Amino acid sequence: MTVVSLHAAPAAFDQRRTAQALLLLAALLTVGRNVLPDQLARLPEAMVIPFAHWINAVFAFLRDDLGLMSLTRAFSDMVEFCLDVTANLLYGKARWPRVGPIPWVVIAATAATVGHALGGRRLAVLAGGTFVWIALMGQWQWAMETLSVIVVAAPFSVLLGLALGTLAWRFRAAERVLNPLLNIAQSLPHFAYMIPVVVFIGVGPKAGAIVTIIFSVPPMIRLTLLGLRSVPPEIIESGKMSGATRWQLMTRVRLPAARTELLIGVNQVIMQSLAMVVLASFIGMPGLGQKLLQLLQALKIGLSFEIGLTIVLLAILLDRMSKAWAYRQPVHHAQGAAWVRRHPHLVVWLGLTAVGFALAALHPFFAEIERKQALSLAGPIDAGVDALLTVIAPVAEWLRWFLITWVLIPLRDAFLWLPTTAVLVFVAAIGWRVGGRRSALVCLGFVLPIALSGWWDRAMITVYMVTVSVVLALLIGVPLGLVAAARPQRAARMLLLCDTMQTFPSFIYLIPVIMLFGVNDVAVIAAVVVFATVPILRYTIEGLRGVPPELVEAAEMSGASRGQMLRHVKLPLAVPTLLVGANQSIMFSLFMVIIAAFIGTQDLGQEMQRALSSADVGKGLVLGFAVAFIGLLADHVLLTWSRGRVALLSSRAT
Amino acid sequence: MSDQDSVISCHNLWKVFGPGRMPDLGPATTAEELRASGHIAAVRNVSLSIKRGEMLVVMGLSGSGKSTLVRCFARLLDATSGAVMVEGRDIGAMTEPELIDLRRRKMGMVFQSFGLLPHRTALENVAFPLEMRGQDRNSRIARATEMLSLVGLKGREGYFPHELSGGQQQRVGIARSLAVEPDIWFLDEPFSALDPLIRREMQDEFLRLKAMVAKTIVFITHDFDEAIRLADRIAIMKDGAVEQCDTPERIVMAPATEYVAKFTSAIDRARVVRAGALARPARGQSVEGGALPAQATLHEIARQVVSDPRPHLPVTAADGGLLGLMDRAEALDIILGPAA
Repeated sequence: MTVVSLHAAPAAFDQRRTAQALLLLAALLTVGRNVLPDQLARLPEAMVIPFAHWINAVFAFLRDDLGLMSLTRAFSDMVEFCLDVTANLLYGKARWPRVGPIPWVVIAATAATVGHALGGRRLAVLAGGTFVWIALMGQWQWAMETLSVIVVAAPFSVLLGLALGTLAWRFRAAERVLNPLLNIAQSLPHFAYMIPVVVFIGVGPKAGAIVTIIFSVPPMIRLTLLGLRSVPPEIIESGKMSGATRWQLMTRVRLPAARTELLIGVNQVIMQSLAMVVLASFIGMPGLGQKLLQLLQALKIGLSFEIGLTIVLLAILLDRMSKAWAYRQPVHHAQGAAWVRRHPHLVVWLGLTAVGFALAALHPFFAEIERKQALSLAGPIDAGVDALLTVIAPVAEWLRWFLITWVLIPLRDAFLWLPTTAVLVFVAAIGWRVGGRRSALVCLGFVLPIALSGWWDRAMITVYMVTVSVVLALLIGVPLGLVAAARPQRAARMLLLCDTMQTFPSFIYLIPVIMLFGVNDVAVIAAVVVFATVPILRYTIEGLRGVPPELVEAAEMSGASRGQMLRHVKLPLAVPTLLVGANQSIMFSLFMVIIAAFIGTQDLGQEMQRALSSADVGKGLVLGFAVAFIGLLADHVLLTWSRGRVALLSSRAT
Repeated sequence: MSDQDSVISCHNLWKVFGPGRMPDLGPATTAEELRASGHIAAVRNVSLSIKRGEMLVVMGLSGSGKSTLVRCFARLLDATSGAVMVEGRDIGAMTEPELIDLRRRKMGMVFQSFGLLPHRTALENVAFPLEMRGQDRNSRIARATEMLSLVGLKGREGYFPHELSGGQQQRVGIARSLAVEPDIWFLDEPFSALDPLIRREMQDEFLRLKAMVAKTIVFITHDFDEAIRLADRIAIMKDGAVEQCDTPERIVMAPATEYVAKFTSAIDRARVVRAGALARPARGQSVEGGALPAQATLHEIARQVVSDPRPHLPVTAADGGLLGLMDRAEALDIILGPAA
């Protein structure tokens, strides 16, 4: 220990000194902004590298000369065929096999039976209730349009992820290639995926399905790799000693033993698919997302609230069902039990389905609920919201005015005023502080391309919005986490709430803020803050709960007060976890800021929307990478810092 | 002993873990030399030979290389240098299909943490090796059912591993390892994960099975009591090398190294040493009165030794003939500890 610290001390000292020197330089550059030559304040136009141009050239080559178009077309035709089948079954689109639509009572009964099989009575009620709600509210057609895409896209993603994950597990080289690609892919905003798809596939459900497949593959790859790696060695050895060939070992030992991780992967795929399908309305994907987008743009709060509720219910349902499936343990049946006893759910399902079809044949209400027959809560909700608004309007109005005039605009101007060089030096200083020269170079490697891409001002607006949101999220989330973590029961309830809120597609968060603040920057910031508070709250609670109980007991026996306990024991130990939370919070904010572009921002997201509508792949991808690099920069800094803390804490502990 | 009557033998076996190219390994290579190049020798220059029907217990503390050694015997790990011969064939030179065939016909293994497949019932786990070699469904279910009732799990065929206790899970593991009727049976600390009462019960169960199946057995343990209870011969390992490989009696009575002596110092010798080991040729001395059976441990005959006043006690072999005389004072020293 002493030897290590003797060697480590000068290095840490140098690291701090260099970082301080760099910070000083950044401060000088900022202070001297007005006397600085223009080239140092903003990179001159001549230095902007035409990345977009190059990407477009590559894409044109891929599409026209390499014949990639026919390949993508073949794949998309296959997807389209599957989509037509599910569309026919779920909402009666006039395509093969021409048997649909299945009556809504049958689908609701099926969902309830599956729910019961996976998670007992509560999940059955949730599943059946969700579909009854959808039918009664007259949203059947839209919901089925959305689900028909998920039903097709999720299996494609799972298979693709399984194949790539296995490849990465089997070949080190494949993993080394895939890993950085996955890192970038998981920090690219949703829109960046849509633009190339629009170019290659066009718009509509087919494009929506394909963008969903691509977007939801990465977590499956990671979890396949994780699952295959974490199979206990003794299980593999027992398979080998049983004389299994490699193929037998893979299909009958490794994959089944990795079942839980693989099914968590399926859960992730489904949740990502839902989030993407809703957003794919921007590229002409019909369904709940498109309806919600139209209603929000028309400021029909009541109706959009209804659709939002449906999406939330579907998200919770899909999440709970797939998780229940993942964690389900097989249970034996009594010996010699009859077939009916061994398959109770199948029997019940067959019975319910028969009843459902019979009801549908008797009365059309059970087959399809016309929109005019549907219930609606829109009237009362609108009235309620109006009443609420008249009460809080003065407060909301004042808050909006205050935030815009005194916080947001000055901050935005300040961010834009910063010289580019000062930002570069500042980023290098932060990198140097957390991880020495290597980290400084990595950080610069993320920022420099943004500066050279010519989108600096837009990027700074994005950074400003994320910064404001994350700071507010920290101010709300950390104290809330402290309060919640004080009692175990309260903590468990809060974590459940966080879990549930994290399953909602980000789009949903825009409904209440538009309701309260209208369409402007404050609404965007408010939505992002709510969205970003969830992870920080969650990790605060988990960090505090993760403090070893014997340390808490030791501090109690030393006579620490509650405040001292928090300051000197719990918080320092929770810092690494908090940093991970902050990291996720930044990621969430970035995505949300970009999505919120359609209610009017001036950042990278806005430009990305324009690129999307003009199908400009080059511009779209450059913007996407700019966003991804901002995210990866934050990710690198915070995770390196967190790892450093963990190493420090564990080296002190030994 | 020649290689012909040994089922498993190894010569100058090394298993070295570490990055990059392996260093040259000779009999004189020390652990320190290897550590200097960033390598760790898990098995160091081991030469052993196990006879047909013999039970060898490999014992040592954790990290002494005993698990690695047995994994080299089964070629779950490839030896770094040296050869392992199984029934006269070099296992390291076998192709993958040959190796798989050998495991399907000749070998069974029991694991410390059971290694059961979580998604299969007890019956399906036991039938797994049979399934691997392509046996038809009916015959493998019949065989697996038979094996499960042999280990006392009749009626639990449909249970999943997570529904069984640790002892029951290991019974499934044992049944699985015996399902293919292997000639060679490896047991890697099979009872270490069980609590002491269950462990004792499983040892008895194991002795019962061992008497029934007559196999060549390599048994790994870190528990010396267990080793003495079960072994024909014991190999004591330290830092990857075998310190001594001998019968339990000789290990206790004539430890080859200081380490072995320290290891065995806490053992109650009376429970290990048998009367036969103390018998000296009679050389015309008178032999009358009650005799002691050579197979009995001193612990078992302690009452007789203490109460019989003769200075020399006769010991008879299994066939009833006189084996020799036992010095009573020497026997009492072992039973009661040396006189102060």
